Amino acid sequence: MADASQGSAPKPSSSVKLVLLGEAAVGKSSLVMRFVNNDFQENKEPTIGAAFLTQKCPLPTRTIKFEIWDTAGQERFASLAPMYYRNASAALVVYDITKPSSLTKAQHWVAELQRQASPGIVIALVGNKLDLATPSTSPEGADEAAEDENDDDEADARKVPTKTAKAYADEDGLLFFETSAKTGENVAEVFTAIANAIPETQLKGTRGSAAARAQEESRVNLSAGRDTMGAKEGCAC
Amino acid sequence: MMQPSMQEPSDLDESPPPLPPRPKKLPPVGSISGIGLPTRATTAVSVTDFQTPAQGNAIRNSNTGSESIAPANELDESMSVRSTVVTVEPAMDAESLLGEVLEKDTLAWRTLGPMPAEEDIEIFPSDAEFDDNFDREFDELDDMTSDGLNEQAVVDQWKSKLKQYFILSRAGKPVWSRHGNDQLVTSYIGVILTLISFYEDVSDSLRGFTSGSTRFVVLTKGQLYLVATSSLGESDQQLRGQLEALYMQILSTLTLPVMERMFKVRASTDLRRPLQGTEKLLSALADGFTRGSPSTLLNALECLKMRKSHRQLINNAFLKTKSDQLLYGLIVAGGRLVSVVRPRKHSLHPGDLHLIFNMLYEAGGIKAGEGENWIPLCLPGFNNTGYVYMYVSFLSLDPAAEQARQRLAPMENLEEVAVILISATKESFFDMQQMKTDLVEHMSKNGSYNILKNCVKRRRLSCSDIVPGSPLKHFLYKSKTNVQFAMPSFDPLFADEISKRRLLTLYSQLQASIHSRPAPPKVHHTSSSTYTALAWNTQLFELYAIAPANTSRIELSQAANKVVQYIRREEERVFIIGGAVF
Ligand SMILES: Nc1nc2c(ncn2[C@@H]2O[C@H](COP(=O)(O)OP(=O)(O)OP(=O)(O)O)[C@@H](O)[C@H]2O)c(=O)[nH]1
Ligand SMILES: [Mg+2]
Repeated sequence: MADASQGSAPKPSSSVKLVLLGEAAVGKSSLVMRFVNNDFQENKEPTIGAAFLTQKCPLPTRTIKFEIWDTAGQERFASLAPMYYRNASAALVVYDITKPSSLTKAQHWVAELQRQASPGIVIALVGNKLDLATPSTSPEGADEAAEDENDDDEADARKVPTKTAKAYADEDGLLFFETSAKTGENVAEVFTAIANAIPETQLKGTRGSAAARAQEESRVNLSAGRDTMGAKEGCAC
Repeated sequence: MMQPSMQEPSDLDESPPPLPPRPKKLPPVGSISGIGLPTRATTAVSVTDFQTPAQGNAIRNSNTGSESIAPANELDESMSVRSTVVTVEPAMDAESLLGEVLEKDTLAWRTLGPMPAEEDIEIFPSDAEFDDNFDREFDELDDMTSDGLNEQAVVDQWKSKLKQYFILSRAGKPVWSRHGNDQLVTSYIGVILTLISFYEDVSDSLRGFTSGSTRFVVLTKGQLYLVATSSLGESDQQLRGQLEALYMQILSTLTLPVMERMFKVRASTDLRRPLQGTEKLLSALADGFTRGSPSTLLNALECLKMRKSHRQLINNAFLKTKSDQLLYGLIVAGGRLVSVVRPRKHSLHPGDLHLIFNMLYEAGGIKAGEGENWIPLCLPGFNNTGYVYMYVSFLSLDPAAEQARQRLAPMENLEEVAVILISATKESFFDMQQMKTDLVEHMSKNGSYNILKNCVKRRRLSCSDIVPGSPLKHFLYKSKTNVQFAMPSFDPLFADEISKRRLLTLYSQLQASIHSRPAPPKVHHTSSSTYTALAWNTQLFELYAIAPANTSRIELSQAANKVVQYIRREEERVFIIGGAVF
C-alpha cells in the first residue's frame, strides 16, 4: 500500500482507525454521535455488536479521516474486541465519572490494549458525563480539574475525582479528558488531540475507496512507529 | 405439536420446502465444541423450484351457509380434500373456490342500500375497560416505595396487564419477565413451579390452564420454563408460538450448546447476566405480540409490493455483487422484505427473520444514520449451535429526508430500508461493506435504486383499492407455499393501536378456529352485531377477512374470492417467489 500522505491534493488526507472501548452505558456511542452528527439522545439503546462510522477532522496541514469502531460494552461481546482494536492506531477508553467501577473496567481495557494492540497505539482515557458533576469545573476541564473537586457539594454525582484518573493516565502515558457527550464539552478536543498524537509515520494516505483500503488494512498489520506524541496541530473540527 | 411453526402438515404434502442441510463450516464460537445438536428443519421463505400453485389443483366445494364446516369423518387434510374435491380448470379455480352458485344470489342480498361512510362504520364497539387497560399495557409499573405502602397499588397495576411473560429456569431462577420487579415475580414463580411440578408428578407436563378470563400456557425447553398469560383470547397454540419466538431470541444470544453447558455446570445458573442486553429484544418481541403481529400469527413474512421485473433488477444486482463470504443477503424496508439472496441449499426461517426485524425495527439498538453495524448472532432456525455475523446498513434513500429524519412521524421512519448481509465469518465485515457499496452502485446503475425508493414511498394499498366496491374492510392472506402473507393497510378503520389489537384478536380467533384439532373446518364464519368475518383454509393459502355486520355471507364470500383473484393476479408482485439463488 502506497503512502500517499504527500499526494498532489491541496491537503493530504490520511485515515486513522480508532476504536472505542469501555463498560456498557458509559457513553461511547453518545460520544461518537456527538462527534459525527453533533447530536445527543437522552435514552440511547445499548450497542449490539459494533458500529462502524467515519468522520473527517481537518487539521491545518492535512485532513484526518477517522474510521471509528464503536464497540458494545456489554460483557457478552467482549470476546470480539480484539478484532476491532487489532489494527487500530488510536483507542478511546471511556469511563463514566459517576461510576467508579467503570474506571476499573477502563484500566483493564488499557492493560489489554498495551498487551495486545499495535505497539504504537495512541490511547486516550476519557471520563464522560461531565455534565453530571458540579458545573464549577473549568471549561478546560481536564487540565485544571484537579483543583475542582467539590466533594462537599451535595448535588455532585461525580464519584471519580479528576485527579485520581489523571494521575493514572499520566502514569501510563495516556491522553486524558473529561467530556460530556450531552453538552458536547471537550468532545471535539478529544478527537483533535488524538489526530495530533498519531505519528506521521503511521498515517496512511486515502486512495481508492475507503472500504477497499480499510479492507486491506484490516489484513495488513501496521508496522507502526513508536513515538507516541506527534507534532501538535490544531484541529478545526 | 409442531414447533415453532404453526404450519399444517399439509404444507409439506403440497410442496416440500427444501430442508436445508446444516452449514458445513461454522465459525468456531468461543469455546463451543462441535457437538452436533440437531437443528429443526427450516422453512423456505421462497421455493425456487416450486410450480405455480394453480396448476391442476383440486378445489373443494364450499358450504358458506353453515357456521363452521368440519367434514365428518375427516382424519387429515389431504383426505378431506380428496373426499370433496371438484376438479376444475386452473384458470377457473379461483373464482369457483366459493362457488359460482353464490353469484346468482347476490342481487337478492344487495338490498341493504348505500354503504355508510367509512368513518361511520364501527367494526369494534369500544369497551372502556379494555381500552383503558390496553392504554396502560406498556407502562412500566411504579416502583415499590420503601415503606411498602403502595404495594397493593403496584400489584394491581401488575395484575391489570393483559399479557405477561416469564422465563425461569427449572431451578426456579428468574431469567426474564416482561412486567414486574423481582419481588413480585419471585412470589409468582413459586406458584408456577408448584403448579408445574404438580402436573409433572402426574406425568403429564403442564401445558395450560385457565383462571378467570386469563389463559396460562407453559412451554418447557430443556432447563427453561417459558410462561405466558393472556386475557386477549389467544389460543394455546398461538401463545406457545409466541413463547417459541422468545426462546429463539434466547438461543440467538447464547446458542443452544452454550446454554446447555451453563446449566450442566450449574443447574442454578443465573442466565440474566449472559443475557444482558437481550431483555430489550425480548420485551420488544413480547410487546409486538401484545400489540398484535400478523407475521407471528401466520408464521409468515410480508414483502414490499413490487413489479416482478423490478425485483429481478435488484436480485440481479445482488447476484452480480455477491461476496464469497456471503451466506444470506436481504433488503428490508420497514419490516417488509424487498429481496433475498441465498444459497440454493439454504432457505431462511421466518422465525429467524422475525428476530432480525425485531432487532432492527422494534428494539431500537440499530438505527439509520448511526453507521454500519456488525452483529454476532445465532439464527436458531438456521443453526442453533453457532453464530453468524450480520452486517446492517440503512440506505439513505433521500438525503433531504435523512436530514429531516428526526422530524418525521414514526410511521415514516418505519420505511427505512436496510441492507442486511449475513456471513459465517467473523472477519468479513469489510467484505460485506464492500459488497454493500458495490450493490448500491449497481442498483443505481440499473435503475433499481430509484425504483425501490418509489416503492417505499408509495403508501400501502387499502382494502378498497384491492377489492373496489366490496364491503371488505381488512384481510390477511397467507400463501402457504411461499410462507409469506399479504394484507392491506390498517387505515382507516384499524389505524389506532386499540382497533388494530381488536382486529388481530379476531384474526387469532379465526386462525385458531381453522387450526383446531382434530377436524378443523375449512371455512369458518363468525359475526357479531358490528362485524362479520371469515376464515378460509385451503392447501395453498389461509385467508381471513372482515366486513361490517350488514354484509351478507355471500357478499363476504365474493369479496374473499376477489382477494384470492387479486393475489393470484399479483402473486409475483406481492410475494417473493424464488428470489436470487446462488
Ligand atoms: N448525562 C449524560 N448522559 C450521557 C452522556 N453520554 C451518554 N449518556 C447517557 O448514557 C446512556 C448510555 O449511553 P451510550 O452512548 O449508549 O453508552 P455506550 O457506552 O455506547 O453503551 P453500550 O453501547 O451498551 O456499550 C444513554 O442513556 C445516554 O443518553 C453524558 O455525557 N451525560
Ligand atoms: Mg454504545
